[in-house]
Amino acid sequence: MSPDAMAIQAAEVDAGRTLVQVLHEWVTTVDHKRLGILYVLLALMFLLIGGLEAIIIRIQLMRAHNDFVSPQVFNRMFTMHGTTMIFFVVMPVMFGFANYLVPLMIGARDMAFPRLNAFGFWLTAFGGLLLYFSFVGGNGLYGAGNAPDVGWFAYAPLTSRAFSVGHSTDFWTVALLVSGFGSIATAINIITTVLCLRCPGMTLNRMPLLAWLNLVMAALVILAVSPLTAAQVMLSVDRYLGGHFFDTQAGGSAALWMHFFWIFGHPEVYVLVLPAFAFASEIIPVFSRKPIFGYPAMVAATVCIGFVGMTVWAHHMFTIGMNSAANAFFVLTTMIIAVPTGIKIFNWLGTIWGGKIQFKTPMLFCLGFLFQFLIAGLTGIMLGTAPFNWQLGNSYFVIAHFHYVIVGGIMFCLFGAFYYWFPKVTGRMLNETLGKLHFWLFLIGFHLTFDTMHIPGVLGMPRRIYTYEPARGWDTLNLIITAGAFIQGFAILIFVVNLVFSCFRGAKAGNDPWDAWTLEWSVSSPPPSYNFASIPTVGSRRPLWDRKHPEDPDYRYE
Amino acid sequence: MVEKHKTEWRVIVSRAMAILVLLGGILLAAGLCNATPASDNTVPSIFDPRSTTAESIDHLSRFVLAITGLIFLVVFSLLTYATVKFRSRDANTNREPAQVYGSTQIELAWTVIPILIVVVLFFATARVIHAIQDAPKPPTAVEVTAIGHQFWWEFRYPVLGVVTANELHVPVSDPNHPTPTFLKLLSADTDHSFWVPQLAGKTDLIPNRLNQMWIDPQQTGIFLGQCAQYCGTQHAKMLLRVSVDTPEAFDAWIHAQKQSANRDDKEVAGRHVFETTACVNCHAVGGTNATGRFGPDLTHLMSRSTIAAGAAENTNENLRLWIQNPDAIKPGSLMPAMKLSDPDLDALVRYLETLH
Amino acid sequence: MATLIIAESAIFTIFVVAYLFYAGKSLTGPTPREVLNAPIFFSICLLSSSLTIHFATKFLEQGRRGAFLGLLSLTILLGGLFLYGTGREWYRLIYEHGLTVSTNLFGTTYYSLVGLHAFHVTAGLLMLSIVLLFGVAGRVGREQSSRVDVLSLYWHFVDAVWVVVFTVVYVVAR
Repeated sequence: MSPDAMAIQAAEVDAGRTLVQVLHEWVTTVDHKRLGILYVLLALMFLLIGGLEAIIIRIQLMRAHNDFVSPQVFNRMFTMHGTTMIFFVVMPVMFGFANYLVPLMIGARDMAFPRLNAFGFWLTAFGGLLLYFSFVGGNGLYGAGNAPDVGWFAYAPLTSRAFSVGHSTDFWTVALLVSGFGSIATAINIITTVLCLRCPGMTLNRMPLLAWLNLVMAALVILAVSPLTAAQVMLSVDRYLGGHFFDTQAGGSAALWMHFFWIFGHPEVYVLVLPAFAFASEIIPVFSRKPIFGYPAMVAATVCIGFVGMTVWAHHMFTIGMNSAANAFFVLTTMIIAVPTGIKIFNWLGTIWGGKIQFKTPMLFCLGFLFQFLIAGLTGIMLGTAPFNWQLGNSYFVIAHFHYVIVGGIMFCLFGAFYYWFPKVTGRMLNETLGKLHFWLFLIGFHLTFDTMHIPGVLGMPRRIYTYEPARGWDTLNLIITAGAFIQGFAILIFVVNLVFSCFRGAKAGNDPWDAWTLEWSVSSPPPSYNFASIPTVGSRRPLWDRKHPEDPDYRYE
Repeated sequence: MVEKHKTEWRVIVSRAMAILVLLGGILLAAGLCNATPASDNTVPSIFDPRSTTAESIDHLSRFVLAITGLIFLVVFSLLTYATVKFRSRDANTNREPAQVYGSTQIELAWTVIPILIVVVLFFATARVIHAIQDAPKPPTAVEVTAIGHQFWWEFRYPVLGVVTANELHVPVSDPNHPTPTFLKLLSADTDHSFWVPQLAGKTDLIPNRLNQMWIDPQQTGIFLGQCAQYCGTQHAKMLLRVSVDTPEAFDAWIHAQKQSANRDDKEVAGRHVFETTACVNCHAVGGTNATGRFGPDLTHLMSRSTIAAGAAENTNENLRLWIQNPDAIKPGSLMPAMKLSDPDLDALVRYLETLH
Repeated sequence: MATLIIAESAIFTIFVVAYLFYAGKSLTGPTPREVLNAPIFFSICLLSSSLTIHFATKFLEQGRRGAFLGLLSLTILLGGLFLYGTGREWYRLIYEHGLTVSTNLFGTTYYSLVGLHAFHVTAGLLMLSIVLLFGVAGRVGREQSSRVDVLSLYWHFVDAVWVVVFTVVYVVAR
């Protein structure tokens, strides 16, 4: 049960409400704050499961010719790990934070479509449940059941009836189809909320960057998840109705699936990362005690990333034999997108510059993000140069790169966001000592694993292999990588302990423990169900700064 | 006093963090520049190129690494400097620092400079793409058709008239008289990818699609690689072994491969087992009535040093085990367990061992 | 509704891309030129239904419930006619020409694209019928006109998609 529920239950048990009544309230809620918490809890649950799958992968790979799991089980593990982490951890957690924070930060009482909101959440939850239902049946639980084993991008024709016998691919297709509809529903909600429900005085130019970034993220979801939905429908037509969309024997094209998938897949990574940028853009200013450097440029860069991000997809396909002109085109667009992304890093640097940095846990995580996202972006540029990609594509270098982005970048920001907004959601602070322990342990484990992981890629180790030949120079490296994985797992456990412990024993936070400047810090912690007693009117990008510094308000300078 | 210690602790902490990241970067850089070639080429490093294409990729990669490395050093130093210099020092947290909202000149500078870098990188890259992908095929090129199967490689030399599996032989190429090998890439089932890092970047084998690549090896030796596109259960054991031979050795190999199967009349019993059980449905042996195409051509099985696409050494015990119980070597491969009696199995293996 | 339309447009775009990509690439079987007859009458029905629902909404805004209900019924009738026409066409294709979704690439892409559109028409008709039911029960008045307007936006989208599908299937890729 969620921490918020427990607090409320404690209060309401006094008021004579039973456990069943409280559960019923949570299951039928349409309140954006509760749905946000539900999304986050769902994501945390799948994080632990996905992490377990990663540990299994790493144990199998720690030695050459290891036999910890069979190849069939291993192939299911990496498929489920990727699918779970992307669709049922990072997307829901970002939707959860967006749900909770966007209305509060723009001075609204709820999202535009509260019932659609609940609908979107439950679709995602049931999609996840369906995906994991695949473990039951098939080869039985020890054989990892009938879980999908076609890789998270499910290339055709491996997914056709001929090569993917049984229903594992169908579980993948239907679970993601269902949760995809949920994502589109939530995205529609976010866009409408941001465009229509801002409080008086909050022009788009005065909106917190978190709202901007979630707006562009939602637009990308609309444009990107739809192609995946279409492709999955086509795959199902092939598998169930005898269609030939990707049936190479009938003249179909395997490359067509790749195009459709990556037209989804690339914007998807921006869907994952833009909310992380949002967190950084809110946290770094507060703990540097300065406003964000270059707000208009940050907005422009975000919109730029949104547009250009739809044009780079085939850099995932450099090895499939496109002609030189096509390859060159996608190299160009991939390089171009590095520019707005780099601008963002420089702007965050500019925010820190000349500030008074407070090394509280949220800021530590965001600083880690800055260093690591820089490296991730640079390895991305390397991978974007097609000839370099012909060597490093589909190798462990790629795995190192995208984990650097997703774990080193996105997860670090996410942890920062947890430490930053937990007081607002629960009314209690997370323990700072445990937080710092979590940070340092996770940092060490992360670098041990993912710095090292670049090297096997350079030495020729491809991805998705359940074992490898000894004496290729990969053995020790893999052992180190596995060690780091365990350290990271341990750090996450500390984090979970901190979450639970602080719900009951955390120091009471007031409305505004961080001395921050956006609207959510003007209401109580946790906020009342109606958010604001009266809808506020704002005159600048930092309404609370104006209230706290009436002698030097922001609107004089904007 | 307490405050001073707290601040010093913070400095140490942030410096430690900076050092950690720096270490990580050094480790990465060291690993990337690890071009120590093992004398027998067992480490297929992309920075140990032995072929023209791999070399040009290597040069471009080092150039890109240099630029990104420079960017990393600059930004990393600025970030570290900022983190250390602008940490909150005094206990008086009521005084906020100067509230700076932006700077048009600085922002313009850090937009223009990256754009210039992008332009440079793009042109450098486009040049190499064109050089590799649009290279014309010289008349002296050796032509090979590679067909990817679950989970083995079929190699056909259409002009030279040779069919073999898993172990590719190509002649070394002399810069004065180049004899590169041009490969056509096809697939019989799902997607695969041909990757031998020291000889070339990878190119995928996709069903219903014709892809091309070329290698121009500059040194003799054995070069290792493996399939690099997930193709099913035994993707991991679809290994590649490329033998770059001197022109004489290559001609000798071709000559040997073109012969029909060795007809050693001592192993009639084994040949009988082969030709009357299901073996002939999948395998071909030149000069016999075995013409199966689903599995590797076995005419010159004993000329190969490994079996099962590199999953095991080509020895008597492994051959026997492979036929009796393929799952022991490669679980999930498409070779069925033949369920032969022991005498039949022994005879069969003895027969196969005559196929030089 | 605008954002939903954008999402749906993206889905349809992918199906149109697949249709165009595979045009002329079937290895066997009937080709579009051999078997397709442009359903002009039924397309006119569908496109007219956009007009009728437009005016229905206008009348509702003015509070003219009777006119609203009449034009709404006409919209549903026209949409239903279109579906009937599609069904008839498919019956002919399947039983007279042997073209099914599994026959060849043309069959797969044709039935998927036209079928996806027909599915959206069906969903639209269902929603319109629900409104009609509520209307007949007297519960739809001027206050609900903005919601009916949103629904009519969906219906216009369905018609616009048909213009694209018709052009691609019956004109461009014959």
